[in-house]
Amino acid sequence: MSARIDAWLAAACADAERRGLPELKPLLESLARSTIGLRAAEAQLDDRMASASPAADRANPGAATS
Amino acid sequence: MNADLRRIVDVAPLVQSGALSPVTLVRACLARIDARPETNAFITRLDAVALADALACEREIRAGRYRGPLHGIPVSVKDLIDVAGVQTTSGSAQPALEPTVDAPVIARLRDAGAIIIGKTNLHEFAFGTTSEESAFGPVRNPHDPGRSAGGSSGGSAAALATGMCFGALGTDTGGSVRIPSAACGTVGLKPAGGEISCEGVVPLSTSLDHVGPMARSVADVALLFDALTGRPPRLPERGPAESSRLVFGVPRPYFCDRVDAGVAQALARSCTALAAAGHTILDLAIAHAEWTPDVYLHIVLPEASHYHARWLERSPSLYSPGVRVRLEMGRYLLAEDYVRAMRVRRALTAAVDRALDRCDVLLLPTLPIAAPVLGASTVEVNGAVEPIRAAMLRLTQLFNITGHPALALPAPHDVDALPRGIQLVAQHHQTARLLEIGCTVEACLG
Repeated sequence: MSARIDAWLAAACADAERRGLPELKPLLESLARSTIGLRAAEAQLDDRMASASPAADRANPGAATS
Repeated sequence: MNADLRRIVDVAPLVQSGALSPVTLVRACLARIDARPETNAFITRLDAVALADALACEREIRAGRYRGPLHGIPVSVKDLIDVAGVQTTSGSAQPALEPTVDAPVIARLRDAGAIIIGKTNLHEFAFGTTSEESAFGPVRNPHDPGRSAGGSSGGSAAALATGMCFGALGTDTGGSVRIPSAACGTVGLKPAGGEISCEGVVPLSTSLDHVGPMARSVADVALLFDALTGRPPRLPERGPAESSRLVFGVPRPYFCDRVDAGVAQALARSCTALAAAGHTILDLAIAHAEWTPDVYLHIVLPEASHYHARWLERSPSLYSPGVRVRLEMGRYLLAEDYVRAMRVRRALTAAVDRALDRCDVLLLPTLPIAAPVLGASTVEVNGAVEPIRAAMLRLTQLFNITGHPALALPAPHDVDALPRGIQLVAQHHQTARLLEIGCTVEACLG
């Protein structure tokens, strides 16, 4: 699990607890796993584009920070 | 009324000729609703209005003003769609809407002469696959009342399976027309994205929502589709319109990996019957299909939470607990991940297009399992345990993401007494052809 998603999950679980919604925590953990999957999918797309064109990264500037 | 008259295409000529009155049809449907209360298919019955409308239809037809094959035909409407003067409850304890005008899809059905017989039960706000979480109680499967009717348009499929109506309107955001059709043994169409208006329909996820017709045959669904898209519905002049040799692409990886024995047999028998009729079965793959659940989740959650934000603040306790937590999840999702999902969505759309370049339609299962037992939260398929919701959405949600039209219809098997279904998927702008091919497949499967 990447550091960013760990941090996001910790903050989201803390907020759910604060709001009296502890039942959200397992769902948020499941969402975090799904987000890792989504980011991995996008990374594969980026790899494919990068191998197709050296300028491809400029088409998706957000990818570099994920 | 003759119990064999189950299809609109069989009933319509009798209505046109005056041999069968719309009043008789409506009374027969109301009697079926009375006879199967355990299904809990309807939230609102419109008995008096429907009977008055039927009488008006009868007079119009007698006066020579026959409008077409939907004239005088009783249909039900998922209670997520506005019907003027009738509450739209969305299956929720949240305050109902009080629409004063019909949704455009209702107006089109009325223009075609259809009679709205009532509004059907559903999974609350269409946010579930079992139709269990409804403020009006769960919808029960007509084939086994201990099981779900599927969802979210569970009441619509249950009503069709029991003869409570001849056609139905549902909505499909991740499979909500096709899943209950498979669970109840009926036919349902998710049209192409944007093909049928969603105006006047309570949204779940604005970029994934579709309104779709449901019925007991593909030809009936085609009549409803014509009306819903503003074309005059016409009865087929002879049997299946599509007589050429077709290529059916079966995407085995991901879509056929984890299905129960009944579903595997239903797909195998369908392939055998189509091959025996001279068609070609081509095994293929849809690239990156395994990305589907992650993309779906990151689109449906924030879009649903956006619509429900004000009620999550004002009256959260009025949601069913399961629906509320799913809506709350969407409030934590990062905007950048929503944008990522929309980007990967385009790649999935291109992948389905590429698969369809090799065949006329895709052929795959609709649901990987039979209708699940009410109250179950997980299901075991081929030794692997997974959440019910994930399992039920697994084979349908891709085509909400990509917008390709998809048709669900029953398929034969003898593993048990519960229905199983297959799904046909076509290129964008080919929904009419998909329905023609669906008629061919239906005829092949007997």
